[in-house]
Amino acid sequence: MVMEIVCPAGTPASLRAAVTAGAHTIYCGFADETNARNFPGLNFQRDEMRAGIAFAHDHGAKVLVAINTFPRAGDEALWHRAVADAESCGADAAILADLGLLDHAARHHPGLRRHLSVQAAASNADALNFYADTFGVKRVVLPRVLSVPEIAAINAETEVETEVFVYGGLCVMAEGRCSLSSYATGRSPNMNGVCSPASHVEYHDQGGVLDAKLGGYIIHRVGKDEPAPYPTLCKGCFSAGEKTTHLFEDPVSLNAEQLIPQLQKAGVTALKIEGRQRSRSYVAQVVRNFRAAVDALEAGRPMPEGMLARLSEGQAMTTGAYKKTWR
Amino acid sequence: MDLTVGPVQFFWSAERWSAFYDDLAQAPVDRLVLGELVCSKRLPFFQDRIPDAIATLTDAGKEVALTSLALVTLKRERKATGALAEMGIPIEVNDLTALAHLPEGMPFWVGPLVNVYNEGTISWLAGRGATRICLPPELPLDSVARLARTGADLGVAIEVWGHGRLPLAISGRCYHARMHGRTKDNCQFACEDDPDGLDVKTLDGQPFLAMNGVQTLSDTHACAAYQADALADAGVSALRLSPQSSGFDALCRLYRQLLDGHLSGDQLVEAIGRDETGARLSDGFLTGARGVDWSGKAMSG
Repeated sequence: MVMEIVCPAGTPASLRAAVTAGAHTIYCGFADETNARNFPGLNFQRDEMRAGIAFAHDHGAKVLVAINTFPRAGDEALWHRAVADAESCGADAAILADLGLLDHAARHHPGLRRHLSVQAAASNADALNFYADTFGVKRVVLPRVLSVPEIAAINAETEVETEVFVYGGLCVMAEGRCSLSSYATGRSPNMNGVCSPASHVEYHDQGGVLDAKLGGYIIHRVGKDEPAPYPTLCKGCFSAGEKTTHLFEDPVSLNAEQLIPQLQKAGVTALKIEGRQRSRSYVAQVVRNFRAAVDALEAGRPMPEGMLARLSEGQAMTTGAYKKTWR
Repeated sequence: MDLTVGPVQFFWSAERWSAFYDDLAQAPVDRLVLGELVCSKRLPFFQDRIPDAIATLTDAGKEVALTSLALVTLKRERKATGALAEMGIPIEVNDLTALAHLPEGMPFWVGPLVNVYNEGTISWLAGRGATRICLPPELPLDSVARLARTGADLGVAIEVWGHGRLPLAISGRCYHARMHGRTKDNCQFACEDDPDGLDVKTLDGQPFLAMNGVQTLSDTHACAAYQADALADAGVSALRLSPQSSGFDALCRLYRQLLDGHLSGDQLVEAIGRDETGARLSDGFLTGARGVDWSGKAMSG
């Protein structure tokens, strides 16, 4: 079966662009703290979600609603409402991470298919099967800490579908288990749906040297004419011992296009593209390329090569943990 | 409130490890969590010492549990996680993989690396057999208070991170190995040189984080000196102290004095400053705008 391309949409226009470009599946979220891309001007009002899902269904595509932050104590009703509304809007599944919310969804919305978010960081077959047995989870988005052979081993031991990230922003830490951002800024992926938020970014020009700061900490320092990467905390340049370098990760993003055949052999069901904050033209272009790749694979044709080089805008790319030496 | 000693987060020699728990047998703490939390490659170096430490501590009247590994990916890690249930003492679950191996209804503890952010999650865990939960350090005091009430209603003891470098992230990648130009599989145990983690500074020399193999910690030591009363009022039943390589025994005594009302928050902080010159403290996750923030006076040094 052809591998499913799961594509992000931050706006209704992006959703339509992705569907038109050939995405099998779109994932998106409501415009509040219930999803892990809670950026200003992004995401869907309830009526937009309903219309977006109808549009996708008319074109044979599915829509998954990400409700994948961890509900705040005292305010669980907001997250419960999001699950109820995802179901009534006609979503094909909800993407969840929180144990309490999974339990709630399984008990109160048994008809709504449940996927496990990458934010739950289920990293081995025992964990996947636990979520399947306990909450009826049908698909798990795997954390970006696994190699391709490890993914194959997981799929050999579970009936749960797996979905893996193939393109876009790269988390270096196990997802949903990182509070670096809230340590430096007070805003975190788990609680607020944001990481290294723009509201806490400052650029300081120090006579020809540009410092990019997050929460007052220098993350990058570049010369005047060099490109200044966004100060994402885990991709900063720091000193430890005698070394001054990108201690955790270089400013790279993930591109696993070359690994699609191996991921298919490893039993992966769906390929996920990161980037609900991206423009609709970017989304459409990435979708077209990945759709062409999986269609070529299915038809036994050679994979198109280097298809996404132009989109990366000169940024360095990595295959991340899929190759074991990354560790 | 009483005191729990969390698992050693760092890679210590077997001798240091044993001596640490021998000392703690006499310390005024109520319970301890032993075992390897961060990296499965470290466990063989001290694994055979765990039964003796358990015996010493239980003889001294302490409650003892074993932690599960924080991130389980390899087959041998899954096996080791499964084997924990057979040790005959409570397990502190720090990755849900451990839960998959626990017989339904068997009581367990939940560690700070499991995402417990709300009442629904506590209820579910309580139903599954959780008797004690140490909340994630990221939670603000408001949430802690709500969750402590839920815990009290359900008979689950709620614990809060009281002191020590904060566990901020866990990864598949070993940063100690990466820094030395090695991979995780060929790490040569570079993390053993840093018994409290290796300081990570910004390009202008500002202390920021600490690396510990696959784990990233805060530079600051979290310190709940100024929140202890509020936490007790909220129904929190224990503070967790996280092991450090020196002065830990004294630190346990200071916190006991704080909880007994023999020391004020200011006096505790002063004493910590005397013992550890240049100590940088934080309590921002509980009451500040950012985790790194500190509500007390700037420390000298």
